[in-house]
Amino acid sequence: MIKKIFFQSIFFNFFFLKEVFAAESGGMPQLNPEFWISQIFWLTLTFGILYIVLSKLILPKISANLELRKSQIQDNIEAAEKQRKDSESKLKEYDDIIFKSKLEAKNIFKDSREKVTKDINNKKETLENQINEEIKKAEQEIEVVKKSAPEKINKIAIEASSELVKKLIGAEINNSSISAIVDDLSKKNGDKYYGN
Amino acid sequence: MAANPMTQFEVYRIGPEIKIGTFDISFTNASLFMVISSLAILIIFNLGSKKNSILPNKIQLLAELSYSFVSKMISDTAGSKAKPYFSFIFSLFMFVLFCNMFGMIPYTFTVTSHIIVTFVLASFIFIGVTVIGFIKHGFGYLKLFVPSGVPVILLPLIVVIEIISYLSRPISLSVRLFANMMAGHTMMKVFGGFVISLGIVGGWLPLSFSVALTGLEILVAFLQAYVFAILTCIYLNDALNLHH
Repeated sequence: MIKKIFFQSIFFNFFFLKEVFAAESGGMPQLNPEFWISQIFWLTLTFGILYIVLSKLILPKISANLELRKSQIQDNIEAAEKQRKDSESKLKEYDDIIFKSKLEAKNIFKDSREKVTKDINNKKETLENQINEEIKKAEQEIEVVKKSAPEKINKIAIEASSELVKKLIGAEINNSSISAIVDDLSKKNGDKYYGN
Repeated sequence: MAANPMTQFEVYRIGPEIKIGTFDISFTNASLFMVISSLAILIIFNLGSKKNSILPNKIQLLAELSYSFVSKMISDTAGSKAKPYFSFIFSLFMFVLFCNMFGMIPYTFTVTSHIIVTFVLASFIFIGVTVIGFIKHGFGYLKLFVPSGVPVILLPLIVVIEIISYLSRPISLSVRLFANMMAGHTMMKVFGGFVISLGIVGGWLPLSFSVALTGLEILVAFLQAYVFAILTCIYLNDALNLHH
């Protein structure tokens, strides 16, 4: 008998609990159907309005904003890429120009060096020729002078001797006689006094 | 009376009684929080989409991050065919999330802690998905109940199980959200009651529990909204891309 009551109390515990709850506040308020229709109505209304406003007005705007930003960023990236390429080609051009001008400068330098050396050589040659001619001329002149030198010396000797005689003995002597002596002497000892 | 953890779920009329025919559609505290949640969503997302700057401000960033979050969730679970239903799933996710989150503020009412609300949402989804499935695949949609690669002997059993699992979708979907919200809020209320009854000496332990539970419940509020939305996506995926 006691056992039976014990098991009953375990088995029907749930019902007792429910009765206790029901006695206190009417169980779970969620299961009270009094405001179900009202909740369904207001849920449909608010959610419907929310859905319509979001889908027709707000979400397309956000989507457009995102798309716009994406495309703008894409555009900027493309523009940056293009500018990078441009600057790269410009740099290449610049390098080419520098290289070309360096080559040109080298060529010009080479050409001008060749020209200058040629000029120098030419001038040297003409100068040498001139010098040679001058030397030749001088040599000829020297030769001429050499040839005419004894006569001049004779003349000087004659004058000098006449002067000497005049001073020594105070007598004037005929130039012709002196010249005869000088000529005689010079002919006799020509080789002794002149030439090597 | 205040110690009863279930009083927080009571619905009461605000303002006069409104009746259409025999139906009572009075404005209640539940209706108030539905309106508040919807208005909050509309205000936040309207502000977030008003001005389009290349560098978004905080509210615009919030709106755009939510947009891409939901968009990614849909494309990951239901593929590109689900794009026309994006607005619905977005509204659904935001509505459930905001109702859950508003319920976390003390003395507020949690709309989603009522079985009737979640059941209406889940039934709508269930009916909608079924209609979409039959429109897209005709009677071929019934192939959903016949998985491929199952031995013929087991087939009758499998088909029955599949049909039962399909039909219980709205129940599982609605009860999951409702039970999570109700259990969490009841637990918080119970621990709050312990704080009062144990007083200044022993009340610190339940108080710290209550603080921890608040964090957990905020996580659950987000998670349940996410689960609700992602399950909708999965059901939609079944209807759009018949895999079986």
